[in-house]
Amino acid sequence: MRRFASLVLVVALVAVACGDDDTAVTTVPATTDTTTASSAFPVTVNGVTIPERPERIVSASGAHTEILFAIGAGDQVVATDTFSDFPAEALETGKFDGFNISVEAVASLDPDLVILFFDPGDVVAGLDELGIPTLLFGPPTTLENAFDQWLALGAATGNVAGAEQSVRAADEEIAEITAGLPIPSSPLTYYYELDPSGFSVTSDSFVGSLLGMLGLESIADSTDTAFPQLSTEFIVESDPDWIVLADTVCCDANAATLAERPGWDQMSAVAEGRVVELDDSVASRWGPRIVDLVGDVAETVYGPNG
Amino acid sequence: MTATPAPLRLALLAGGGLAAALVIGLMVGPASLGPGEVLAEVADRMPFVSLDSGLSEREASILWDIRAPRVVLGMLVGAALAGSGAAYQGVFRNPLADPYLLGVAAGAGLGATIVIVFAGPGSVLVPLAAFVGAIAAVVATYGLGAAAGGRRTGLTLILAGVAMASFLTALQTFVQQQNTDVIREVYSWILGRLGTAGWGEVRLMLPYAAVSFVALVLHRRLLDVLAVGEEEAGTLGVRPALVRGVVVVAASLAAAAAVAVAGLIGFVGIIVPHTVRLLAGPSYRRIVPLSLVAGAAFLVLADVAARSVLSPAEIPIGVVTAFVGGPFFLLVLRTARKGLA
Repeated sequence: MRRFASLVLVVALVAVACGDDDTAVTTVPATTDTTTASSAFPVTVNGVTIPERPERIVSASGAHTEILFAIGAGDQVVATDTFSDFPAEALETGKFDGFNISVEAVASLDPDLVILFFDPGDVVAGLDELGIPTLLFGPPTTLENAFDQWLALGAATGNVAGAEQSVRAADEEIAEITAGLPIPSSPLTYYYELDPSGFSVTSDSFVGSLLGMLGLESIADSTDTAFPQLSTEFIVESDPDWIVLADTVCCDANAATLAERPGWDQMSAVAEGRVVELDDSVASRWGPRIVDLVGDVAETVYGPNG
Repeated sequence: MTATPAPLRLALLAGGGLAAALVIGLMVGPASLGPGEVLAEVADRMPFVSLDSGLSEREASILWDIRAPRVVLGMLVGAALAGSGAAYQGVFRNPLADPYLLGVAAGAGLGATIVIVFAGPGSVLVPLAAFVGAIAAVVATYGLGAAAGGRRTGLTLILAGVAMASFLTALQTFVQQQNTDVIREVYSWILGRLGTAGWGEVRLMLPYAAVSFVALVLHRRLLDVLAVGEEEAGTLGVRPALVRGVVVVAASLAAAAAVAVAGLIGFVGIIVPHTVRLLAGPSYRRIVPLSLVAGAAFLVLADVAARSVLSPAEIPIGVVTAFVGGPFFLLVLRTARKGLA
């Protein structure tokens, strides 16, 4: 059973990884490796066969809930986890504990498609045993990677056109934001804060790749992991051009509380107010609101007319 | 080297080790401050000395506002964990006793979680609530031990502590599950915050550490008397329950203060006292004060490793204490056995 679960996981990961490699953003709408362009069922997405158009979707992922509603699959969603708080309609669906996802709780919702972004342990295998099609999409590392997941969700839910349109719109809006930005020749550096204990991201992470499109470079790039915990003295010594906070809601981080931290007033970004305050959940998801994320950062860094 | 070295030599060794650890702690870190400049900057702060260290204002701030409080807090927390571990091991005559034995960690965790949930993120009350929770847990364990056994023997207290810790951990997990939005802050608190500490944390911890360290050192001889057994101690004119009460309160105070400012750091409370015991012999007259000093030096050095090995990334301090402490302890065990043979 366990071996089968790992196999499913591997297949899913490989499928996601391949999608990342061989599909460029602009060509994605025409062909995907996951489905034919029509919304004909049965359809096979990432190795999982969905027999007919799902009408009882359960999403255990805040990012994918946002994507489902954006591509027009909102009416098909019957339940979402406690972390799914956007859009407002998601709050009106059935709710279940997103921290301890139990196979039994999910199965009792009688779903015909389950979306996960991580498997806390044999949930995929358990749902599979019950014959419930389950798609596991891990966090993406690039924008293309994220768009592939939107399209795969479109295929899996019978909303191919909606997904293609969402991808095209987001792609165009991001291109519009990034076009004509006065990006300096040497990149502006930033410290991205996931929590007050110094957890950060490198430029290779998903959010790092978005900020990279704005000519920004993480101070964490000399580390080996995508989400390193940086030493405070290193952060202060690096004196980045910008500080981007993704812990404003969870941990009350903002320009004022930064200045109160010991030694932080020595950073020019703190002294001169070069701080971008992001909403935690917008910053941690890869749904349609990535456009807002890119737009907010661009506007703060380069000004409204940048 | 003889099996039990002279007390003076041991004291000099421990004191010298701590002094060296403090100097290394101030000189080594991810920010590239020159060792010579750091020494000049430290000397400049000494009375009657005036030196230009050449450090910029930002570099001086990194040294005094970020690195120095971290070193000092590491020293206090290390001493508190090792000292209270040694005291617990003596008072319960149980080599596996550690500072978290009577529910200090679980109580602190519950206190911190409740404040994070109800007072909102970033509340200044979190260390205070952790401290109150830790003390309340020990008091409850004591009460439970009394209710269970009539006489609070060491064993009933240990069992009561295990039950109390499980109960409080269950409560903490429940509160946290009902408020999943705070999980990030709760975990980041539990995993420890030595790395983001400032002088504020040092000031919070210092009074409790001072009182408790003095109490532990003053009672170290009585721990030796307790070691012969409760009834025998009674015939020697010692009141075992009273001594145990005082020592447990002092040790719990130190452990609670350590947990409140630095989160959970495992292993120090077991590894340091046992290493001291192997090197200095079984008398608590030596084990208690030497554990305080050695624990301080050990945690300062472990924290140097935590911030330097993967610099500029941090390694959780608990990982370092277990990873370095375990093999080091085995080495000491091996050497000591050979020495005794």
